[in-house]
Amino acid sequence: MYPTDRRYTKEHEWIKLDGATGTVGITDYAQHELGDVVFVELPKIGAKIAAGQSFGTVESVKAVSEIYSPVTGEVAETNAVLGNEPEKINQDPHGAAWLIKIKLANPSEVNSLMDAAAYQAYIAEKQKETSA
Amino acid sequence: MTTPATSELRKTALNATHRRLGAKMVDFGGWDMPVEYTGIMAEHRAVRTAAGLFDVSHMGEIVVHGPGALELMQKVTCNNVQKLAVGQAQYSGLMTEKGTFVDDLLVHKMSDTHYYLCVNASNQDKDFAHIVQHNTTGAQVENAGEYYTQIALQGPKSAAILQRFTPVPLASIKYYHFTHGLVSGEECLIARSGYTGEDGFELYFAPEHSEKMWFALLAGGEPDGLISCGLGARNTLRLEAGMCLYGHEIDDDTTVWEANLGWICKMDKGEFLGRAALARQKEEGVKRTLVGFEMTDKLIARDGYPVLQNGEKVGQVTSGSPAPFLSKNIGMAYVPPALSAVGTQIHIGIRSHQAAARIVPLPFYKRP
Repeated sequence: MYPTDRRYTKEHEWIKLDGATGTVGITDYAQHELGDVVFVELPKIGAKIAAGQSFGTVESVKAVSEIYSPVTGEVAETNAVLGNEPEKINQDPHGAAWLIKIKLANPSEVNSLMDAAAYQAYIAEKQKETSA
Repeated sequence: MTTPATSELRKTALNATHRRLGAKMVDFGGWDMPVEYTGIMAEHRAVRTAAGLFDVSHMGEIVVHGPGALELMQKVTCNNVQKLAVGQAQYSGLMTEKGTFVDDLLVHKMSDTHYYLCVNASNQDKDFAHIVQHNTTGAQVENAGEYYTQIALQGPKSAAILQRFTPVPLASIKYYHFTHGLVSGEECLIARSGYTGEDGFELYFAPEHSEKMWFALLAGGEPDGLISCGLGARNTLRLEAGMCLYGHEIDDDTTVWEANLGWICKMDKGEFLGRAALARQKEEGVKRTLVGFEMTDKLIARDGYPVLQNGEKVGQVTSGSPAPFLSKNIGMAYVPPALSAVGTQIHIGIRSHQAAARIVPLPFYKRP
């Protein structure tokens, strides 16, 4: 179920590359763990962010979750739809509910991230831990 | 995420049922409990408009009985147990000598010499030790949590649903009263009480009947919109209803006067633990007071965030969350009395923001 056209982080973000620009969102596993999303705070366009650095916040009824950048670069666009419809993150986390587009300083940086198969194995391991 | 191995957590008799039904489970104060089934929003709204079913078996039960029972209860709690009729329940506080909360609890009067206490899960052992330590009246005190499953059926449809399962005429049980009777063929203590701000019932019964009871009620209430609910919705429901949660609004550092719980503290009932300290504070006045607020910015206040005035911390949020039924972001906080009037503008420190909020009357929600 995890699209193979993108890469994944251990913090449950995804990044899909189009030339030197990457679209970033959170995974279906992440939205499910969060529950009903009610608020999203995103960075300003032009903000410089480093790989592993928090660039925003996604809040559910219950929890506040920081979102970490998979790569280093500059924010090119943010998803304005999420301001009024944060629940889209629960409905379409891999599609319409992308968070930001980022101009990568070094596009080959994504190669160090997990592919879909590796991510799926990673979360299967996590799920095993919590459903003993 | 830091979910410890589940074997370290305590489990209710319904643990396997929750897992089979696909509930999301979390470590809740050392208990492996369902935080949500279909989602906090949907569960919260179901309880406001129809009904919800909660497993609250993690709550503790303590039995105090024998000839010295009333005297001991009067000594360790701040409400007036003498005023209770048999079959009546009372919200109260278990007091330290400082007049602060060991716990908050429900006291059920079974007979003149028998009281059944429902206490918070994580405080159960501490409460039991505290009552035993102050037992100078010869009462019998028993830590009875393991002997009971507790299910809460809450919401405007709960009486209609429960009536199909019991010969007890539920209309005869007033709010904060209880009786004994059969539910789905099993002997239960049926209390009309809850922690949601809605009409509802709390059923206490032997754990071996747990799963059968759960599925019977769920199936019977389904046509009315009854759904399984987790502790996530329980928390947002109690917050909308302006009810205190131990460890948040009240703890062993807060008093009834600070928490606006003066109505459960009966200074004229005679001597009790903490009475002298409470009399002193009442005379001197409090330095902080619990208020309700709603955000006027879009941001969401959370437990522990600072209340700011001119950039300085002057108080602290005790509970903060979106309010699913009211569709706004609300919270409770301790603030200096000077900032406690309804309508007062305050700010909450949320990450790098100073977010605007306004003091509003409690409760946020009152059932129609």
